[in-house]
Amino acid sequence: MLRFIVSRLLQAIPVIFIVITATFFLVRAAPGGPFDDEKVVLPEVKRALEAQYKLDLPLHEQYIAYLTDLAQGDLGPSFKYPGRSVNEILFSGLPVTAELGFYALIIALIIGVLAGVSAALKPNTRQDYIPMTLAMIGICMPSFLLGPLLVLVFGIYLEWLPISGWGAIPGDKILPSITLGAAYAAYIARLSRAGMLEVLSQDYIRTARAKGLPEWKVVTKHGLRGGLIPVIAFLGPAFAGLLAGSFVVETIFQIPGLGRFYVQAAFNRDYTMILGTTVFLSTLIVLFNLLSDVTAAWLNPRLRAQFKGAA
Amino acid sequence: MSDASTLSISDEINLSEAEKGSSLWQDAWIRLSKNRLAVAGGVILIFLIVVALLTPWIAPYDYETQNLDLGATPPSAAHWLGTDVFGRDLLTQVMYGGRVSLAVGFIATAVALLIGVTWGAVAGYVGGRTDAFMMRIVDILYALPFMIFIVLLMVIFGRNVLLLFLAIGAVEWLTMARIMRSQVQSLRQQEFVEAAISLGLSPAAIIRKHVIPNALGPIIVYTTLTIPSVMLLEAFLSFLGLGIQPPQTSWGLLISYGAETMEEYPWLLIFPGMALSITLFSLNFLGDGLRDALDVRGSKD
Repeated sequence: MLRFIVSRLLQAIPVIFIVITATFFLVRAAPGGPFDDEKVVLPEVKRALEAQYKLDLPLHEQYIAYLTDLAQGDLGPSFKYPGRSVNEILFSGLPVTAELGFYALIIALIIGVLAGVSAALKPNTRQDYIPMTLAMIGICMPSFLLGPLLVLVFGIYLEWLPISGWGAIPGDKILPSITLGAAYAAYIARLSRAGMLEVLSQDYIRTARAKGLPEWKVVTKHGLRGGLIPVIAFLGPAFAGLLAGSFVVETIFQIPGLGRFYVQAAFNRDYTMILGTTVFLSTLIVLFNLLSDVTAAWLNPRLRAQFKGAA
Repeated sequence: MSDASTLSISDEINLSEAEKGSSLWQDAWIRLSKNRLAVAGGVILIFLIVVALLTPWIAPYDYETQNLDLGATPPSAAHWLGTDVFGRDLLTQVMYGGRVSLAVGFIATAVALLIGVTWGAVAGYVGGRTDAFMMRIVDILYALPFMIFIVLLMVIFGRNVLLLFLAIGAVEWLTMARIMRSQVQSLRQQEFVEAAISLGLSPAAIIRKHVIPNALGPIIVYTTLTIPSVMLLEAFLSFLGLGIQPPQTSWGLLISYGAETMEEYPWLLIFPGMALSITLFSLNFLGDGLRDALDVRGSKD
């Protein structure tokens, strides 16, 4: 087990390093400098700005300087918001996105597992078809469509819930969390149904039933542990998806989180901000993949080989 | 199917059911045709592809013609899906957008298929160190957060459709390579391949006659399931303004415009959204049906 964790950690380090290097050179290779669109900048001012952001150094020195700063946890200054560092901006958005992602994941887990398990208990009946069809609709209804539709129905026609913001008006966190969580609820429902179906056909479940255990206890005590392993293995990749989903959801609902900052940085061509956010988010994603792999392996050693390196 | 129908009546009398046997593909076809959702998905998909191909000739209005006096109107007899704020016919927009969305889905998947199958087949067939090296690369790439990278690429190198195809294709080939490799590897150890080798068949003939037909099932299933995820990715990027750019359009872009004005003109959001959802629905049901019909287990490895 320890060897597995160590080997996965060793695999994660070069990945993070590759991400940092690739992002750095991609951003530097971008056509046009970051100050090109300023209207009139005196040559001296431009030179001073470039010196401040170390753009006057040769590329390899810039790279080394960046790595040195990064090793100290400094992501550099923002190009577009003078006086603010990328760190500051990231850490102002992080709690918001974390909260949104947390609610979305909780919604996804509760709805997904309940629907999936109940479908698996009575396969090929109405109790199976209805939640599974809904799950398919959930998968085929992307967040950028579901979000506006929910706003239209619950925010504008029914006027039940606020349509934008985060934490300003009571209830404004409901629609974004549902929008972000819905697709994952659908995936989790499918995964837990398939996982439960496989586990419930195993011999040890028959043994548990034969010794007279009540059905609910068979399901909760013996079934869930094995049946939910695919769900746990899915949480790593789901985390990456939730972050990407937050780009859309935070844009739709005007939530000041990481995702919105990233999209704004992309539009503003705020290169240090893009670089910093990419490095930060990528590292988070790699670490979460690692965590979910290890958890899945811990629950079932047989999965170690199977999920090795799976994203 | 055509094989079955060419059997003459006397053949059918001579051969009992068990002796006649049926190929994997005939079995799969029979199983698939019993799955109503998958069949419906397939029919809808064929309809959409035909419409997309014929759009320049059958679109009710010209794509670019604006009618500012008309403005945004709800669905009517003249404009079945209504018009947008510039008075352009929405049905025409959705049809042209569908061409782009479907094209991205199919072309990017084809790119992924080509790279992935070749990579996986070489790794699986050559084996040894080459295999270990090639799959290590896949492992590392797998761990990269690609969604973020695609956004980055689109920002840096401009929003161009060709790059979008390449970027999406470059992401999706990894799983394809893994599937192909594991197929080739397990097939190489099968007795019928050993028999073919001992009969003196060349490697190329073995791959063509024994490896590819047997590996085809999982590849087809995974391809069918890759197309919707690619289309979703394109729509996602277009919604954020990082994908398809005007004057071209796609369903993602139409949804994005629709969302901006949904309060006044909800049909501009609902119809493109329906078009995208129905397409994704069809592809997913067809893919699920094919997976059951071809009896492919776990599409992830």
